[in-house]
Amino acid sequence: MGHSGKPIPNAGSGGDAVVNRIAVGAHYGLKDWLVQRVSAIVMAVYSVGFAVCVLPRMPYGFDSWRALFAPAWSKIAALLFIAALLVHAWIGVRDIFMDYIKPMGVRLTLQIGVILALLVYGLWAITILWSF
Amino acid sequence: MKFSIYRYNPEKDEKPYMQDYDVELQPSDRMLLDAIIRIKETDDSLGLRKSCREGVCGSDGMNINGRNGLACITPIKDLKEPVVLRPLPGLPVIRDLIVDMTQFFKQYNSVKPYLINDTPAPQKERLQSPEDREELNGLYECVLCACCSTSCPSFWWNPDKFVGPAALLQAYRFIADTRDEAISERLDNLEDPYRLFRCHSIMNCVAACPKGLNPTEAIGKIKEQMIKRMV
Repeated sequence: MGHSGKPIPNAGSGGDAVVNRIAVGAHYGLKDWLVQRVSAIVMAVYSVGFAVCVLPRMPYGFDSWRALFAPAWSKIAALLFIAALLVHAWIGVRDIFMDYIKPMGVRLTLQIGVILALLVYGLWAITILWSF
Repeated sequence: MKFSIYRYNPEKDEKPYMQDYDVELQPSDRMLLDAIIRIKETDDSLGLRKSCREGVCGSDGMNINGRNGLACITPIKDLKEPVVLRPLPGLPVIRDLIVDMTQFFKQYNSVKPYLINDTPAPQKERLQSPEDREELNGLYECVLCACCSTSCPSFWWNPDKFVGPAALLQAYRFIADTRDEAISERLDNLEDPYRLFRCHSIMNCVAACPKGLNPTEAIGKIKEQMIKRMV
């Protein structure tokens, strides 16, 4: 366990003059928490299903990969997995930013950057899947 | 027995340092607090909080060989030498092993840790069924020693915003109490990305609790109550 106890000079000499005005009460969090659990289940189910389908037929050549993603249900299942991955990643990365990036401007910029990157990944995945 | 103890006196020291002690114990010294009191016999400048010496007051929480615990109920025979003692992590140090608990108690205060019931009290008492009373076991025993909250990284990073395991356990103690009428307000108060949802269930709090309580489980039950009222 890391020790992060910071010594404060003149402690105990009545440092309560400054009132703590930290505002909380954003009234969200439950849905994100739930979505993170559900998306984890989606990813777990797809990963196991994918492994069961693919591993026994290894090694895969280009034609077999193509055949695997040819049916519409296979594309949709893969897309569902990717959507779950993106949402899961967003909540996770946002949580890390909330913990470690304190200046609001920097945090907001990083968050917008991550949202844009994830959206691009999503669109990219769709174009790849539907190019088969 | 060898000890290495964190020392810091803001009136004298530029910065904190570790001081080594080698103390001869008596056969009657069984808990870590007994050994620290032996050390204080030779060096009375060492500062720490202590009171009941039996794990009830929660005063002597400290970091013992890297784990938070109460000195008075930590058996000496289980400790590896040199025993490294530091103040509870994450809170400002006032002196030596004494930390400023203001932030911790502010969070405790913020969950309104008292029964809210506007119905006029009956003549005798507000009764509970034995099953309803059972719900409070594992919640009411907390002694507010802060061992759990100060072992929680989420509390280290956001002590002003994240309620922390100790106060969340207390929040659930009143959410679970059938005599309390403010469950909706209590859930409103906690539905916040910082106040409740900084907890990522790493269970450091469970590992640290000297009373064997399970704040992670209580936090899970708060989330369960929130889902219950949402769906």
